[in-house]
Amino acid sequence: MGAEPERRASASASQTSEKTFVSEGRQPMGTSESPNISLVTRANKAPAQYRSRLNLDTGFRWLMTLAALAVLGVVGLIIAELLQRSSMAWHQFGIRFFFGSDWDPVSGSFGAWPFIYGTLVSSFVALLVAVPLAVAVAVFVTEMCPKPLRKPISYATELLAAIPSVIYGLWAIFVLVPLLRNYVNPLLIKYLSWTGLFVRPDYGYSMFSAAVVIAIMIVPIISSISREVLAVVPQHQREAALALGATRWEMIRMAVLRNARAGIVGAVILGLGRALGETMAVTMVIGNTPQIAKSLLAPGYSMAAVIANEFNEATGDLYRSALIEIGLALFIVTVIVNILAGLMVWSVTRGTPARTNV
Amino acid sequence: MSNHRISLRRQLTNYFFTGLAASLSVLVVGALLAIFTYLVLKGAGSLSWNFLTQVPKPVGEPGGGVANGIVGSIIILAIASAIGVPVGIGAGVYLAEYGRGRFGDVVRFTADTLNGVPSIVIGLVAYGLVVLPQGHFSGFSAGVALAIMMVPIVARATEQMLLLVPQSVREAAFGLGIPQWRTTISITLASARAGIITGVMLAFARVAGETAPLLLTALGYQYWNLSPSQPMAALPLQIFTYANSPFDEWHRQAWAAALMLVIVIVGTTTLVRFVFLRRMLEGAR
Repeated sequence: MGAEPERRASASASQTSEKTFVSEGRQPMGTSESPNISLVTRANKAPAQYRSRLNLDTGFRWLMTLAALAVLGVVGLIIAELLQRSSMAWHQFGIRFFFGSDWDPVSGSFGAWPFIYGTLVSSFVALLVAVPLAVAVAVFVTEMCPKPLRKPISYATELLAAIPSVIYGLWAIFVLVPLLRNYVNPLLIKYLSWTGLFVRPDYGYSMFSAAVVIAIMIVPIISSISREVLAVVPQHQREAALALGATRWEMIRMAVLRNARAGIVGAVILGLGRALGETMAVTMVIGNTPQIAKSLLAPGYSMAAVIANEFNEATGDLYRSALIEIGLALFIVTVIVNILAGLMVWSVTRGTPARTNV
Repeated sequence: MSNHRISLRRQLTNYFFTGLAASLSVLVVGALLAIFTYLVLKGAGSLSWNFLTQVPKPVGEPGGGVANGIVGSIIILAIASAIGVPVGIGAGVYLAEYGRGRFGDVVRFTADTLNGVPSIVIGLVAYGLVVLPQGHFSGFSAGVALAIMMVPIVARATEQMLLLVPQSVREAAFGLGIPQWRTTISITLASARAGIITGVMLAFARVAGETAPLLLTALGYQYWNLSPSQPMAALPLQIFTYANSPFDEWHRQAWAAALMLVIVIVGTTTLVRFVFLRRMLEGAR
């Protein structure tokens, strides 16, 4: 996560001073404010004895540009590679590939719908579980909790984010799945079986288990970005609401959450992006069965999981090509989701300096 | 004073939501504690000298360890860092020192995009770029996959930290006639050093536990292998295989390996948080 260090920095630094550093750092170089710098970098105006140094300057600049180009190159390579290696499946099945629900490698019939369905449903259910938790943590930490508790709670959620996916999977297999099967699912079946979403048989390895693991994994992401967004809401908005006689919750609802709405939605979408691509923990508990069942307690499959499980054993070019096409679809969807999320978070946090005009 | 005038219903709503937020937060922190406690309880019992120094025994035989996975992970992460860190820092320097135009924005956007790409997709690409041309799975290809994941994290962190260095420091250097490349290396990068190390370590912690790309690149291996051009064992892969196996002995080893991995990752993150970050913020003031 590129945002991580800056978030950590802003967590402990006083935010305003940091922000001014950033904005100072951005402008002056090369603009009219400091003409002496552009003099140095312009080779033709420099005295002869500095020429060799200036060539080093150009060389250094090119080297750094090369590194920046490498970032573009890698993404270009990813796209080219995925497009090229999935072309066989694309030519064979066309757009039907994404809507066919028959996945039978032996007979050479590939339809990706069960995986797309599994990814969408597990991510959606995960969001339903994670969003209230994450927003509650963010609101509690920024608005309610006593100061000494603030750091430990945010540190704990950050640690949750640092645990690798495969360890969540391990924990889910031996702790979460038995817990759900023995205590939670029977209750869900008892009270919610009329919806058709929670019906027996219940093996434990299911879409629902996968969704719960994903939820635990995306809570820290959503809550830390929400926290950032909430921190940006101008203090005078809070004071104004309190001065009008609002209770603390009314103040949070009207002055804080309403202002931060777009940013929180952005954080949720960012969590969705992570949920869609989640691989290991999902593979370990979702049951790995390419089927579409209405019950969430039935086993399912996801796009990332099928690649992880079947790619190495895939025999034949068409099989591999089909799996890579699933990877391409996953890539496109996550990129779109992340761009959307970035725009929404930015739409809230970009106005930060406004706070100084109070 | 005005408290009497707040209706009971409004006060109750206030208490209700405060309580709700507090209890949900407790639930999240509780989940973390539950995971850690379980990891320590299950893992600590199986950590032993043999576990750290032996290679896996065949199924059914007791004992054996994950030494090959530990060494494999170290080699793979070393390759990933050797490629990912210089490129990442270079791109970060570009963004902070030269990248104020449209091209800089494009690079920034691309780096953020790359950061959001699912790791399994990176694995697919590394498979196509390295494994296929090479003809077989290898530790090197795993290093490449993880390097790709490190670059955007390191680049954005480097950029952030360089921008924290006051502009006056650069101007002072230019004023002394120090060329720009020398200023960047010996002055700007040097003052932002702690922050950049932070970014690098966070990137390291992020990829150290990655499993999905390794499945398609390093593949895993039962015995000793120190050559990066061959299939290689790695700790996360062993956790995955052992967790999915039906053997109790392997389950115990999976917990022990998971505990080790978490100690490394959490250790890195905590070190960053309490040592480097503090020093860096002092430096920036």
